[in-house]
Amino acid sequence: MSRTPPSAYRTAAAVGIASPRLQKSLRGIQDRFGKGAMALWAGLEDKELRHRVKAARLRTLEHLDIVLAELAENIRARGGRVHFAASGQDAIRYILEVATRNKVKRVVKGKSMTSMEIDIDPALAGAGIEVVETDLGEYIIQLAGDRPSHIIAPCIHLDRHQIGALFTEKLGIDSTDDPPTLTMAARRALREKMLDAEMGLTGCNLACAETGQISLVSNEGNIRMATTMPPVHVALMGMERVVATMDEHRQTLQLLTRGAALQKLSTYVSFLGGPAGTGDPDGPREFHLVILDNGRSRILADPEFREVLACIRCGACLNICPVYGKIGGHAYHSPYCGPIGAVVTPLLDGINKHADLCKGETLCGACKAICPVEIDLPRMLAGLRHKLAYGSDRWNTRQHSPAEACVFSLWRLLVTHGFLYRSLIRIGWLLQRPFVKKNKMIGTMAGIAGGWTADRDLPPLAGQTFATLWKKNYATRRPPAAVTGNEEGA
Amino acid sequence: MSGNTVSLFIQCLVDTMFPEAGTAMVTVFDRLGIPLAYPGGQTCCGQPAYNSGYRREAAAAARHFIEIFEDAETIVCPSGTCVHMVRHHYPELFADDPTMAERARAIGARTFEFTEYLVDVLGITDVRAEFPGTVTYHDSCHLSRGLGISRQPRLLLGEVRGLELLEMADSDTCCGFGGTFSVNYPEISTAMVDDKIANILATGAEAVVGCDISCLMNILGRLSRRGEKVRVLHIAQVLAGAKGERR
Repeated sequence: MSRTPPSAYRTAAAVGIASPRLQKSLRGIQDRFGKGAMALWAGLEDKELRHRVKAARLRTLEHLDIVLAELAENIRARGGRVHFAASGQDAIRYILEVATRNKVKRVVKGKSMTSMEIDIDPALAGAGIEVVETDLGEYIIQLAGDRPSHIIAPCIHLDRHQIGALFTEKLGIDSTDDPPTLTMAARRALREKMLDAEMGLTGCNLACAETGQISLVSNEGNIRMATTMPPVHVALMGMERVVATMDEHRQTLQLLTRGAALQKLSTYVSFLGGPAGTGDPDGPREFHLVILDNGRSRILADPEFREVLACIRCGACLNICPVYGKIGGHAYHSPYCGPIGAVVTPLLDGINKHADLCKGETLCGACKAICPVEIDLPRMLAGLRHKLAYGSDRWNTRQHSPAEACVFSLWRLLVTHGFLYRSLIRIGWLLQRPFVKKNKMIGTMAGIAGGWTADRDLPPLAGQTFATLWKKNYATRRPPAAVTGNEEGA
Repeated sequence: MSGNTVSLFIQCLVDTMFPEAGTAMVTVFDRLGIPLAYPGGQTCCGQPAYNSGYRREAAAAARHFIEIFEDAETIVCPSGTCVHMVRHHYPELFADDPTMAERARAIGARTFEFTEYLVDVLGITDVRAEFPGTVTYHDSCHLSRGLGISRQPRLLLGEVRGLELLEMADSDTCCGFGGTFSVNYPEISTAMVDDKIANILATGAEAVVGCDISCLMNILGRLSRRGEKVRVLHIAQVLAGAKGERR
C-alpha cells in the first residue's frame, strides 16, 4: 500500500496514459480486435468448441510428461533433434552450441515471445552473431532499440509517422509514412538478410505430439522463409505449447487465429518437424526443437495456477483489458504483458518482484470472458495476492506489506464485532467534519487514502446510517415490513 | 417464494455512505407488499479482504455473515459485488471445512442481488415507479460478468413511467474502481473512470444509474471533482420513484 515513491509499474503506466498517440492506438486495437473477438465467440456455430479445447488443454497438462515424450520421439524419428532445457540459460547454451558448430554468423528470427523470455538476443550478439527479427513489428522494434508492447502487435505503441522517420534514419529510404511503401522497404531489407542467414530461430505456436510437428502461424510469410532457407532451424517452445492429437491441434488452431486476429486461418500456417528429406527442394539440413521449462514445472505442480499453462498466447485478453487499454504494454516490464502477463510473469519470475502486476488490476473479469480457452485469470490474480498477503514457502514469496496486513487484522476485528464497527463509523463521522467541502464531498485525505482524493472527491459518511434509519423508522412499524429488525450492534 | 420474508443485507458502503439507496429498496419492497427483516449485527461481506488476498480475514467476515443470516429465508442485497462474494467466493474460503463450505453454499443459494430478486425470483419487472427524465445504465463487472445480470436492471428501468434509457457505449467496461486498486493505482483508476465518464456524457442523460454503489461512488467522486452535473443514482432510488437528489 506504500504510495511513495511510485513503482516502476505506476511510473510507466503514467507515461502511457499521458501519451495521446498510445491512447489512440490502444483504443483502435481494443475497439477492433477486442470487440471483434467477443462478437466472434457470440456467433460461433460450434458452441462447445471453447469448452472442448479448454478441457483438452487441461487434459494434456495432466499428462504433459507422456505427451512431450511422444512429441520428442516422433520428431527424432524424422531426424530432428530435441533438447529439454530446464532453464533459459540451458536453452541459450544449447542454441549457442548449435550456432557455433554450424559456424553461424547471422540468425534470422521469427516472432517468439519465448525467445524474449530467455533474453537470447544479447547472448547471440555476445558470440558475434548478428540477430535479425523478421516479423515486421519485431523488426521495427529491433531497429528502434525498443521493447514490444503487445504479444501479437509488438509495435502498437508506434504510429506510421514514427516508423517512417525510423526507416529513413536506419534504412536510408526517402521520407514517407505510407504503410505499403514502408512495408516494401522492410521486405527488401529483410529478404537480403534472409538469403544468406545460417540459422532460423523461431518460437512455436503449437506442437502436435501425435504427428511430431510444430506449427507456426504468420501473416507475412517471413516465418516460412526463415524456417526453410537457412541450413539450420531451431524452434524454441514453452513446454506447455503441446497438444496431443492432430484433431486437438485443428480445434486449438481455430481458436488461436480467431483470438489473435479474428481470422478463421492465418495467411500462413507452417508445419515443421525435421530436416529436409532427400530430394526435398528446400528445408533445413538440421532441425532442433528446444523444449523449455524455465519455471513451468513449478506452475504445473500447483493446482491453483496450472490453468495458466492452458494459454495459447493469442493476446485477446490484451485487446479487452481496461487497464492494459490505458497503460500499454511497457508498464508490465515483461515480454508477457496484459492480463496474461500479470499472471504468468510473477509465476515465472517472482511474485514479490512483480507484486504490482498481481495487484494492479481491477478483477473486472473481461479477460476471462474473452479468453478463447476461458482461463480464469481474475481467480489467479486473487490467488497471487493471497501469496503476497501472507507469504508462501512454495513460491518463495515473503509477505508483501506488513502494514497492509495490520490494517486487515484490524478490519477483521471490526467486521466481526458489530458494536465496535458501529462505534468506529460514528467516530469517523465526527472526525470527517472539517474535511467536508461545500459540495458535501471530501476533497482531501491524508496517508494512503490520499490516492483516492488525488483526482476524485469522496462522499462523506452519512449522519444516519441505514442501520440507524431502520431502527428509527422501520423496525417497529406495522406490515408490510412485518418482521423484526433485531437490535443493531453485537 | 414471493411470500418469503426478505432479509436485507445492506452493503457496508450503502449503510454508511449511501443509506438512501437502502431506504429506497425498502420503499420498493413495501410497495410490493413484501415483508422485510434487517438482521442486526451485519457488517461487511468480506470482499475487500478477499480481493486483497487476505483470505483468513475474509473467512472471518464470511463466518460472521453466515451466522447472522443463517436463519434468513431469503437474503437480498443492493450490490452485485457482495452477492458475487457470498455466492462464489464463500464456498472457496471454506474449502478445508466441509461443514462450513456446505453452510456457505446454502446461504449463497438464497442470497440475491436486488434486481435479480425482483425479476428472476419474483417475476416482477414493473414496480409501479415513476421517474421523469433520461438515464444511462452502467453495468458493474461483478454484476454483469460475475453474476450474469444485465438484462434484469434494464427490464426494470424499461417499465418506469417517464424514464428514457439512453445506452452508453461500453457500458460493461470497468469504471476503474477495483477496491484498493483505486487507492493504490490512482493514475490508472482515474484514466479508466474518465473513459467511463466520457461515455456517460456522450449519451446526454441526466443521470447515470447502476446496481453497485462501489462503482457509483467512484464515478460520482470523479464527476464531482470535474464539476459535472450528471446525477448518480442507485437503481433502487429510481425504482422507488424518488427524484433521488444528487449528493
